[in-house]
Formats: sequence, structure tokens, C-alpha cells
Amino acid sequence: MTTPALTSIFAPASTPAKSIVDLSFFVLTITGIIFVVVAALLVYAVVKFRGRAADAGKEPPQVYGSTQIEVAWTVVPILVVVILVAATARVIHAIQDAPQPPSALEVTVIGHQFWWEYRYPQLGIVTANELHIPVSDPTRPRPTFLTLLSADTDHSFWIPQLSGKTDLIPNRINRMWIDPQRTGLFLGQCAQYCGTQHAKMLLRVSVDSAEDFDAWSTSQQQAAADSSTVVDGRRAFETAACINCHTIRGTVANGRFGPDLTHLMSRATIASGAAENTAENLRSWLQDPDAIKPGSLMPAMKLSDAELDALVRYMQSLR
Amino acid sequence: MASDAMAIHGAQIDRPTWGETLHVWVTTVDHKRIGLLYILYALLFLVIAGIEALVMRIQLLSAHNDFVSPQVFNQMFTMHGTTMIFFVAMPILFGFGNYLVPLMIGARDMAFPRLNAFSFWLSAVSGFVLYFSFLGGSGLYGAGSAPDVGWWAYAPLTARAFSPGSSSDYWTIAVLVSGLGSVATAVNLIATILCMRCPGMTLGRMPLLTWLYLTMSLMVLIGLTPLSAAQLMLLADRYLGAHFFDTQAGGSATLWMHFFWIFGHPEVYILIIPCFAFMSEIIPVFSRKPIFGYPVMVGATVCIAFVSMSVWAHHMFTIGMNSYANTFFMITTMAVGVPTGIKIFNWLGTMWGGRIQFKTPMLFAIAFLFQFLIAGLTGIMMAAAPFDWQLSLSYFVVAHFHYVIVGGILFALFAAFYYWYPKVTGRMLSERLGQLHFWLFVLGFHITFDPMHFAGLLGMPRRIYTYEPGRGWDAINLIVSIGALIQAVAILVFVVNLILSYWKGARAGKDPWDAWTLEWSVSSPPPAYNFASIPTVASRRPLWDEKHPDDPDSRYE
Repeated sequence: MTTPALTSIFAPASTPAKSIVDLSFFVLTITGIIFVVVAALLVYAVVKFRGRAADAGKEPPQVYGSTQIEVAWTVVPILVVVILVAATARVIHAIQDAPQPPSALEVTVIGHQFWWEYRYPQLGIVTANELHIPVSDPTRPRPTFLTLLSADTDHSFWIPQLSGKTDLIPNRINRMWIDPQRTGLFLGQCAQYCGTQHAKMLLRVSVDSAEDFDAWSTSQQQAAADSSTVVDGRRAFETAACINCHTIRGTVANGRFGPDLTHLMSRATIASGAAENTAENLRSWLQDPDAIKPGSLMPAMKLSDAELDALVRYMQSLR
Repeated sequence: MASDAMAIHGAQIDRPTWGETLHVWVTTVDHKRIGLLYILYALLFLVIAGIEALVMRIQLLSAHNDFVSPQVFNQMFTMHGTTMIFFVAMPILFGFGNYLVPLMIGARDMAFPRLNAFSFWLSAVSGFVLYFSFLGGSGLYGAGSAPDVGWWAYAPLTARAFSPGSSSDYWTIAVLVSGLGSVATAVNLIATILCMRCPGMTLGRMPLLTWLYLTMSLMVLIGLTPLSAAQLMLLADRYLGAHFFDTQAGGSATLWMHFFWIFGHPEVYILIIPCFAFMSEIIPVFSRKPIFGYPVMVGATVCIAFVSMSVWAHHMFTIGMNSYANTFFMITTMAVGVPTGIKIFNWLGTMWGGRIQFKTPMLFAIAFLFQFLIAGLTGIMMAAAPFDWQLSLSYFVVAHFHYVIVGGILFALFAAFYYWYPKVTGRMLSERLGQLHFWLFVLGFHITFDPMHFAGLLGMPRRIYTYEPGRGWDAINLIVSIGALIQAVAILVFVVNLILSYWKGARAGKDPWDAWTLEWSVSSPPPAYNFASIPTVASRRPLWDEKHPDDPDSRYE
């Protein structure tokens, strides 16, 4: 993947990420000043009070302490801490306690080993790995509020340009919100170690214009395309164990253990961002998932070449 | 001729056989020998865990590298973290405490010598149990696999559904057993410090090192017990059908986090306070001045101990606590910076107006001050909870805690090695190799851990066996890996110095640094009984009083 997008925390595109950058510059300034002062004192002491040959054998004046100095270097740090606490508390409150406007889009994010499930309760959409959300114009805000759940182990949802991370923890409901103010692709990945393939549990968020988002959601609401040219592949899908784990709406496949494949071809990647969504990669993935993502929970189905070809053709019809 | 032959013959009789030497060391209850056993054992594991770090750094040399599989990489970071904390840092600090505390308070041994030996062997066995998992981790059918759940072993990754086989049980039992050993040692140190001080050594006249070990031991009692309890609960989950952490049966993943970090954060201070102790002995001697503000140093240490018991959930800012909880832990975490700052200022105050001698221990001590300052300041950044939502779980955190553990703790330990090696062996460590070790290690340390901060700021999460190219992480990871190799070379120089100087080093004599505490009043190495007659002290620096009878400390305290 050679996506040139940044994952720097200092290139924010959403209000929570921006407030964090502002706070971080404030904290960096204060800690920077402390560093310069203390490091300068240390360097000065090392140079100025180095032992000289002329002093050999003589001991310097023995000083045991000074109450005034101790008080000074206790009070000053306390004041600095008070300032930092006040600035930080404000930002915690502003981000965590922000009210949810009626215009907000609701998305439920469910972490799985090692992929992401997205559900849009207001729109009746279920998809995986690539999150689509509308841009939030500051004049007509349309933030996205995420409900974070986990189906198995702990995960963490982290798109550095949109917000800090929040964990997805089983038996726990977490919330976070983002309001991206420009369209484009934003990248991130699972930040909480969740098992063997933690590294390839990548996140892609496509921030769409209002029109693009509406078009995307309309197409996602349709049942799967049903083409008579891929009957062989569909039969292979329905007779192998695929349907136990995957859903393709409009067919008998209604498993929930793996990603929903109803509109697989609307996604640019497979295996949670581990490979581009091309015919060769699909075939290689179906033949042996471990070749692309060792430790992935999808089993190799031991299909014949003919079945594989038919299955890839069927997958590619799922637009 | 005849008498020479007799002498040689006599020497051969006196020299114990290998078997006898082994027997003496295995059955010893002498605090100095047990201290050395702890230290040697920790050095062995330091090398092993260092090799594990190198494996990870080779894998991360470039994007999509396939030097090791994800399974092996995950085992490497689990074993590296677990080993460094439980089988390097803890035993080596207990080793120094064991060796030094009785000598510094004028005692002949620890309060409970047999318990002391028992604690060491518990630690030793638990380390080997952990490493046996490489052979027997998947049970009895011979498939080896070390635990791969991370050193925090977060639930529910440790549940049987996600960790089949026994590999995570080796982790659980090793941590449980070493925790029992640590608690026993802490009890021993507390009893020794409170009950075994020589005449005249009031609490206010104890060397700072003993004060700090006392504080650290109390923290071990409070911090290690919840960890041990959590291990028992986890074992109950896995084998007795309990559901404390088993989320598939209604258990709580966050409960484990609380149990782990109520241990885990005090643990950081449990490790760093003995290092403060080394600094508080070494900086005065090489600045030729008494410690600045002794009572304030004691107060700040106790204050750190108290406050650090209430900061644990700053490791959990991303788990979705409400804004009040986040604010509380933000405040306590920021507050712990105050007493820590006071300590740094007091060390500076000690150097101020002194005549600083740049021997190897002092070089490491100065580097400690510089690096610990930076580690503290990046700690303040992460205490600012919203900033931490970005930094947490990223390489920035990895950089921060390696600044504490390597830049702080390991540098302080090297200072302590160079400072007390002459006392332990009777030989000086080579200054030339020491300087080479110092400069190589400083170079390797900064090349490794400085760029890691930037990887985190650029969005690179920790604990990933490989990463995507084109995100600005490639060059940083290459540099970091080169730094790790330089550190490995520096460690090699250190080990060579330890071994060579044992036979070739200059004779140290009793008191090579012209120091002031009681351990320098006995021969090097000290006799088995430490003190022929128990000393009596009248101030915090008994040897200063002895060397300067015209101007003793006892006059001012």
C-alpha cells in the first residue's frame, strides 16, 4: 500500500484532534522551558564546579541544605502543576462531555480479531474495515458519534488525524466522536494489542462529501447483486463453510464471525487493509489466508482451482 | 626450595574444589553472597532479554520485513518485558539492597538470612519456569511456545479461548512465584532497616540509600500483593471455572487492568527509588559535598511513594473512563512530578559548589540526571490525558518508559556497578573500558530511544510485528535498530570489563573513592561477618567524622 496520507498527530482534521494539538503545544512549551532551565543548570554545574587539579586534596565548603531554596523549588513546581492541571481539565471536559447534536451520524464499531465491523443503525447498513462518514462542515456540523464494542479481545480505535484513541473492550460500551472537516482518506490502525495479527488490523476512514456519502449509503442499503453468470461461484460459496462466518444479504449466507461481504467490491482493500482488493489477492486470500496475514482466523478452505476461480468471479460480482 | 614447595602444596589444599564452591554458594545465607547471586542472575537475564530486543529490532529494520513470524515477534516482546521487569530489574535492585543495606547500617547480616536465601531461590526458579515455556508451552506434546500475551497480559487475551495450551500459565506462575519472593525480600529489608541499625544510627542518620530502600520495600508490600491476587484469580478462571476476567462469561476486562496497574505503576517507582538511592550516595561523594537537603529528600521520597499509589489509571486513559475519573488521575499524575522535581533539584544543589570528579560512576550519574529529566517531562505530557489519548499505546510511550528504565534505571545501575565493584571484588573496574562503555552506551541509547518518540507522534502503535511503508516510519525504525546494535556492543564492553577487572583490575583498598558511609570502613571484599566490632556512629557521614575530627558532621546535625 502506498497511500501518501499522513498519520501524524500534528496534522489534525477534526475538532477533538485539534483541541489535543492545541493542548499539546501548550504542554510542550511548558515542559520545553523546564527542560531548558534545568538542563542549563546541570551543564553549568558540571562545567563550573568540575574538580580542578589545583584543588586536589582540598574539600569544598560542606553545605547541608537551605530551607528558603527548598521552599522555592517546591512552590514553583506546584504552581506549574496547577496551570497544567487547569488547561488539561478544560480539554478533557470539552472533548468527553460534548453534547451529541441531533444531526449526528451514529456508527457502531465492533472490534474483531483482526478486523473491524461497522453498523449504521440509522441507515441499516453493515460493512467492514473501511468506514465511510460524511464531512462535517463547521457551518452545518454533522459529527459522527461512534459506539465502540468488542466481539473478543481488547482493541483500540485510532485515527491520529481525527482524534485520540479509545479502546474497544468486551462487555463494555465506549463512546467517542469525530467531525472531520475535509474530505479524503484517513488512516490508522488498531492500537491495543489484540492477538497474533494486531499489526495488520488497519483502519481506513473515507470522509465523503454529503452527496458522495448519500450515494454510498444508498448503494450499501441494497441487497447483493445477483448475476446469473456467477452461479458456480455462488454455489461454491454456499456449499463450502463460507456462509457460517460471512453474510451476503439476499442469500442464505448470514454468518457474523467474519466481515459482511454484500458489497465487497466497494472496498479498496481486503483482510482489514492488509492487501489491495484485486483478483489475484482475492484468489491468494481464498486459497491460503496465512500467505497474506499469518495468524488470521479465516481457515484455508482447500478448494480446487476451478472452485477458486469461480469463487473469485462471484466475489468480484459483489459490487 | 622446600618451603616454596610446601607453600604451593598448602595452597592446593586450601583451595576448595568446584563442587565445594558450588555447595557454598547454593547453601549460602550470607547477605553478600545472596546479593551477588541476585546480581549475576539478573545479568544473565539482562543478556537474554537484550537478545530478544535485538530480534525485534532486526524484524523492524524495514517495513514488511519477515525475519520472524508474528507469533515469534509477539513472544519476543512479551518475554522481553516480563524478563526485564521481573527477572532483571527487580532481582538486580534487591541484589544491591541485600549487599549494601546491612553494610551501610553497621549490621552483620539481614534480619532473616534463611528467608533471604528462600526469596532468592523463589526468584531463580520462577525465571527458569518462565523460560521453560519455550520447550513446554503448549503442553505435554512437545510443542514449545512462549507466552505471547504481552507483559500486562490483558484480559481476555489470557482466557482459555484466546490462549489455549499452557504458555500463558507459565507466565502466570512465574510472575506469581517471583512476586512471593519479592514480598519476602521486602519484609526482610524492612525488618533489617528498622531493627538492625548499629548504635547511634537513628532513622535521621541513616544513609539515604537505606531510607529509599525502606520506602521501596513498603511499596513492594502494597504493590505486589494485588498482582499476586490477580494471578490467583486468573488461574481460577482458567482451571476452576471462575469468571473474574472471562468476558465471554460476563467477567470484566477492566478489572484485570485495575489489578495490574495498581501494581504496575507503583512498580515503576519501586524500580526507580533504589536508583534514586544510588544517585544519593554517588553524587555527593563525587561532588565532595554532603547530600543537599537530606530531610527534604526523605520527605520527597515518602511523598512519591504515597502519591504513586493513586496514579495507576493513567495507564488506562484510553479505556473510556468518564471525564471525572480521567481528571482525577491526571491531577495525581501531575502532582507526582513535584516531589520528583524536588529530588532532581536537590541533586543539582549537591553538585552546586562542589568539586566534581568525573570518574565513571559520576559520568553515569550525570547522564542519569539528564535523561531522567527528559523522561519526567515526557511523563508530564502523557499525564495530560487528552494528549495521552494520542500518545498512549504508541511508540512515544515505548520511548518514554525506556527513557525511565534504560536512561534512568540502567544508567543508575551502571553507576552503582562502577562505584561498588571495588568494594565487592577488591579490584577497580578499568576506567578506560568504563569510559568507552559510557560513551558507547550514551550514543546507542540516544540513537535508539530519541527517534522512537517521533515514530509515536507519527502514529506508529507499539507491539506491531511489521508496519506499512510510506507513513514516515521507515527511516526512524532503521535508525532505532542501529542504535540497539550500538547498545549491544556497549553492554559487551561492560561485561568484558566486569570479567577482566576481576583478575587484572588495580587493587582497590578499603576506600578507593574517599567516601563517607560505613561499607567503606571494612576491607574489600568485606569479611563474612562484615564488622569485627559493631561500629557506633554520630552523624550521617561516619567516615567524614573519622577523617575530619576537627570538623565533624555530628557538630551540625
